[in-house]
Amino acid sequence: MGTGVKHLLDFQGWTVEGIQGILETADVMKEVLERPVKKVPALQGITVCTAFFENSTRTRTSFELAARRMSADVLTFAAGASSLSKGESLRDTIETLNAYKVDAFIVRHHASGAAHQVAKFSGKSTINAGDGRRAHPTQALLDAYTMLKEFGKLEGLKVTIVGDILHSRVARSNAELLDLLGADVTLCGPATLLPKELQKGRVKLTNDMQAAVKDADVVMALRLQQERMNGGFLPSMSEYALTYQVNERLLELAKDHAIVLHPGPMNRDLEISGSLADSERSRIIAQVEYGQAIRMSVLYHLLVGKK
Amino acid sequence: MHYKAQILDAHEMKRAMTRIAHEILERNKGATDLALVGIHTRGIPLAEQLAQKIAELEGIQVPTGKLDITLYRDDLSEISRQPIIRRTEINFDIGTKKIVLLDDVLFTGRTIRAALDALTDLGRPKSIQLAVMVDRGHRELPIRADYVGKNLPTSKTEVVKVKLAETDGEDVVELWELE
Repeated sequence: MGTGVKHLLDFQGWTVEGIQGILETADVMKEVLERPVKKVPALQGITVCTAFFENSTRTRTSFELAARRMSADVLTFAAGASSLSKGESLRDTIETLNAYKVDAFIVRHHASGAAHQVAKFSGKSTINAGDGRRAHPTQALLDAYTMLKEFGKLEGLKVTIVGDILHSRVARSNAELLDLLGADVTLCGPATLLPKELQKGRVKLTNDMQAAVKDADVVMALRLQQERMNGGFLPSMSEYALTYQVNERLLELAKDHAIVLHPGPMNRDLEISGSLADSERSRIIAQVEYGQAIRMSVLYHLLVGKK
Repeated sequence: MHYKAQILDAHEMKRAMTRIAHEILERNKGATDLALVGIHTRGIPLAEQLAQKIAELEGIQVPTGKLDITLYRDDLSEISRQPIIRRTEINFDIGTKKIVLLDDVLFTGRTIRAALDALTDLGRPKSIQLAVMVDRGHRELPIRADYVGKNLPTSKTEVVKVKLAETDGEDVVELWELE
């Protein structure tokens, strides 16, 4: 076992074996989370810093709980209550936090490439918890793990991701990872939100929702980033919902066993119908649950056996 | 590393397991409430062999479980090579059981310390006892086995290999010397 890599910034430099190792270890972590004592001493003595320069609820809490459940100490940095508002640079902030003898950084930042910079400035193991529109690798891993638990394999699975692909780091990381693991990925959204460069390997782009969802095993709805509405990408939210909402009627085109995913937070009845999100086809809560096992596994792979 | 001697052959190992089964039944006054937990890797087939022996002797099938202690190692943040991590599978309520832990070799005692931590995180057994195929000495912690297949005084440069048919294709205990 062993990933042989120090950081998880995206999936560049990762092998299929390394990723499979993460997914397999997540099974062990899932079992830990089912025990009466949901904590193991594996990362005792290690300090992990969650440096979140952008708001987040589930990713930050999931990482912090994952680190604590491995017995790591957690240093929490939240940009809102920091000296960033006084003009401090990313580099100075990271170097200050690093002076507290941190062993690993978990970074979220609104700028693409920020996690790479943190890895460079700190010299420490760095996990990208979402940077700009570039990557969100642990979300992609937990999505892949959810599919694996459902279907037992990823190879040949037809996965359709719907929404604002252009601004979505989740779509990018999922396309990169699922293609690597042998799934057939279709990215679907309005033409203004479909970046051509993502069409490679088994990844297809389309704005035809019916064709995209037909015979799909997995349909993932992305959050419509309402802050993007001002950029002229979409005529109106109601028109978007009419054409691109993932709902029961649309799911009839997918395979009978098809499941629905959403990385959260959800705009109910906009990109996904509320009733579908609560239906037996939904694995949205499973995604959250598996996210913690995946993050424990990532911490184990990046931090154990690297001295 | 070079081969020095064979310590136990398959028959001797089988006899040792039969003796341990008798000792366990005698000490626990039968097999009621008993459960066997093997430590990955070779403790698991040993636990299964012992369960079979107890079934032959007592007519009771005692439950067996698998315990991985990797996440409980006290050197995990210091090591330079990532250990393989396996699933712990204990499908019975350990709070109602007298547990016998099984491992192939007892050496420093650190694996057993980790196993005690791992086990007590799963519940509070009535008692925990320890059975090993070979006790080679050199303890670093105050831990001793309740049931021992073979006491084998060794030097620290020697290596004891317990090979089992299930994991290694043959049942034999060998002594090797580090170069």
